[in-house]
Amino acid sequence: MKTNDVILQTVTKVATFIILTFSVYLFLAGHHNPGGGFIGGLVVASAITLLFLAYDVKTVRAGLPPVDFKILAIAGVLLAVITGMGSFVFGKPFLSHAFGELDLPFFGNTEFATSVIFDVGVALAVFGTALSIIYTISEDMCIWRR
Amino acid sequence: MSGLFLIILIPFLYAVIVPFIFKRIPQLHTGWFVLPIPVVLFVYLVKHITLVAEASPFIHTVPWIPSLGINFTTYVDGLALIFGLIISGIGTLVTLYSIYYLSKEREALDNFYVYLLLFMGAMLGVVFSDNILVLYLFWELTSISSFLLIAYWYQRKGSRYGAQKALLITIFGGFAMLAGFLLLANITDTFSIREMILEAGGITAHPLFLTSMVLILLGAFTKSAQFPFHIWLPDAMEAPTPISAYLHSATMVKAGIYLIARFTPIFGGSMEWFWIVSGVGLITLFWGSFSAVKQKDLKAMLAFSTISQLGLIICLLGLGSAAMYYGPGENAVLYIPAILAAIFHLVNHSTFKGCLFMVVGVIDHETGTRDLRRLGGLMGLMPVTFTLAVIGSFSMAGLPPFNGFLSKELFFKGVLNASRLDIFRMETWGMLFPAIAWIASIFTFIYCMIFVFKTFTGKYYPQRLENIKPKKPWGMLFPPAVLASLVILFFFFPNPLAQYLLLPAVASVLPDFAEVGLGLEPIKAWHGWTPELFMTMGVVGIGVFLYINFPKWSGIYGRLPGKFRLNYIYDSLLRITEKSFDRITRGYMTGFLRDYLFYIFAFFVLVLAGVMFVLKSFAFNPALNNSISIYEVVLALAMVGAALMILFSRTKLVAIISLGIMGYLVAMFFVVFRAPDLALTQLVVETVTTVLFLLCFYFLPELTPEIRKIGFNAANMVVALGVGLLVTAMAISAQNNRFFAPISWFFENSHELAGAKNIVNAILVDFRGFDTMLEILVFCIAGIGVYTLIKLCLTEGERNENK
Repeated sequence: MKTNDVILQTVTKVATFIILTFSVYLFLAGHHNPGGGFIGGLVVASAITLLFLAYDVKTVRAGLPPVDFKILAIAGVLLAVITGMGSFVFGKPFLSHAFGELDLPFFGNTEFATSVIFDVGVALAVFGTALSIIYTISEDMCIWRR
Repeated sequence: MSGLFLIILIPFLYAVIVPFIFKRIPQLHTGWFVLPIPVVLFVYLVKHITLVAEASPFIHTVPWIPSLGINFTTYVDGLALIFGLIISGIGTLVTLYSIYYLSKEREALDNFYVYLLLFMGAMLGVVFSDNILVLYLFWELTSISSFLLIAYWYQRKGSRYGAQKALLITIFGGFAMLAGFLLLANITDTFSIREMILEAGGITAHPLFLTSMVLILLGAFTKSAQFPFHIWLPDAMEAPTPISAYLHSATMVKAGIYLIARFTPIFGGSMEWFWIVSGVGLITLFWGSFSAVKQKDLKAMLAFSTISQLGLIICLLGLGSAAMYYGPGENAVLYIPAILAAIFHLVNHSTFKGCLFMVVGVIDHETGTRDLRRLGGLMGLMPVTFTLAVIGSFSMAGLPPFNGFLSKELFFKGVLNASRLDIFRMETWGMLFPAIAWIASIFTFIYCMIFVFKTFTGKYYPQRLENIKPKKPWGMLFPPAVLASLVILFFFFPNPLAQYLLLPAVASVLPDFAEVGLGLEPIKAWHGWTPELFMTMGVVGIGVFLYINFPKWSGIYGRLPGKFRLNYIYDSLLRITEKSFDRITRGYMTGFLRDYLFYIFAFFVLVLAGVMFVLKSFAFNPALNNSISIYEVVLALAMVGAALMILFSRTKLVAIISLGIMGYLVAMFFVVFRAPDLALTQLVVETVTTVLFLLCFYFLPELTPEIRKIGFNAANMVVALGVGLLVTAMAISAQNNRFFAPISWFFENSHELAGAKNIVNAILVDFRGFDTMLEILVFCIAGIGVYTLIKLCLTEGERNENK
């Protein structure tokens, strides 16, 4: 049976961009509004999953940078741990965070926090793990089908 | 000697770099790089002989787990020093020997020397440790390194079998010993052997005294291959010959002797100790020498001979403990020589048995066989080897002018003195000791003669041998030659040895006597026409007669029915336990996921409901709850509907989507309770997992009517209902059981503390950042787990297809 995915594929093309943009917003908003690294990573993963569903795994994989999702996940965990150890340099206990405000041109008064780096690690780990699970299983399916 | 603990650690540290040396420098035999370690240790210990002999023992403590009273205390007295010298001295010779014995092209030398160094460090740890738990750690480490070394040629079935047997028996004894140690520590309230000795007087009356003694002796007997645990030692001969010479004759099997000597001040003087130690030793002495005669393999013969000689030493230690009964004074003087004989024979045995093992290694290396039926007439071919074999085995048989004669005479003197004891019911059974010892010595004499004359004299059959190597193995003859010269040297100059090494060791076995003087006479080769000299002459006379007529009486060896042989019992025990445990495991490991889930949930219900019941922690207090709004009622009803739909759906797709609905409804709850972060996360998680489920269910069979009719399973329903009720009860009770300050106080100052207005995120990344870090770690591990599981299944499937 030939499936007809025209509507799904067309919607996906547009929706993916919206979802990805939204995920960036969610990630950055996390400090003061609903959002954060965990949800940000998950939303990116769901966007890619949508692509997987609308097209097939191979096509999507070819369009993405050739990065192993497992490596991404491990890098995320490492980043989080190293950020935590960064506080040792200042003689503070593990995982102490700092924050401050800085006047930047164009952006104006902007707040910076080290917890953002930690959050990047969280996002990467969540994104990488979720996608590597889905990708492994669906790749497996392709082989079984043969 | 503040760096004393370093001598234990050096072999371990060096073992780390041995594999790199082996990889980087393949041109030179790795043994040359290992050789300096035992040499340095030996020289270091030799330098301290006089200090230990004259001054008080050395002690050095490094705190390890001080809160539990476990410290890395190294303690060097006369007894430990003798063992340390044997370990490092024979270790040097064995390492040198192995350089010529093991080919650098064909063998995995890195494994060999790593295990060897592991063993060396562990063995030094056993004899130098004062803390019994540290001692136990090193003790088991020697068992493990022995296991690895026996299985060095692991391609051979015999090696694997022997290694397993040795490990099972010695670790069994080790566990018993640990239990005994813990009991003893409980009685004396200390882990230090020295402090235990100080309290030794008060513990004899304790009800657990006998239990702890028997358990500790079990450890010593299994390690030192005493009857009936000796069966592992002949099978351990599958190890390379340098290992047999080192571990299984000179050092490791003497760890049990060390333990008995070390604990004599604590347990000695009681009747049980005297009878168990000397009795087991005597039986082993007889059984070992009796069995050695029938062996056809040279190494097996030496293994049984080692068993019997170990029995001899242990028997002497048991007899000598009678001195503790009398305490320092006139009566005890008769029994102290037994301890001296034990220590002296320990040293002698290490020299002549090490020499003999190396001789067998040379024969095996040169002719390709160790079978007595094939060997013969090698005297002309290997004159040097022959000389060394004669020195070693005549010393073992107790002939002059070799050191074995001296210690054998002392042994006879010891058993004769013991037979005159009028305590411990020895007045009735005393004569058994000299009688059995004498018979055992005759058998010892016979197998020594077989060893020398069957191998080196008689007719030479070159066609029976596998290969004859023309190369003269001088490097392999040097180490046994050193030992053989020691055998002769100790005969002519026993007293310097006694003064600097043996007497300090005796003093540490009998510390109470050392203060008032041991009253020992110097060791003399000629001591008049004494009964022990007549005994030796009898041994030689009858031994020669029996050796010549050996074919006429060798029939007695076939008499013991196979069912009563210890090896048969061991094998049956092993088979029966393996089979029955296999059956038990197969009984519950069904391979069905639903069964495993049943176990998990049943356990969950049992434990948590049990805890809840015992602690009476169920509490329901409606007053604390908010009023229920109409939205919540509607959502809850919808969730119940979705759950029922999962149960009764006809296709998998509907079931999965119903599950998704459940998840979305939970997200709606979060919306109602104004938790946008949680709601968002729940929605996305639910979406992604639904896709994942769809992917997975693709592989599963359709829900056909046959599968749907699994039937009603009452146990499953009980567990399912139990889990549901339990989780509900826990959720309700959680409201009323607060053990810790709620983390929501962060709510008030999240902006001041973390600079964040979003309290959820501030908690996630800052206040409870450690939790988050571990969570993503677990998540990542789970992802890798899924990946490996799927990839593993795939290769498994491919393998099946290829069949």
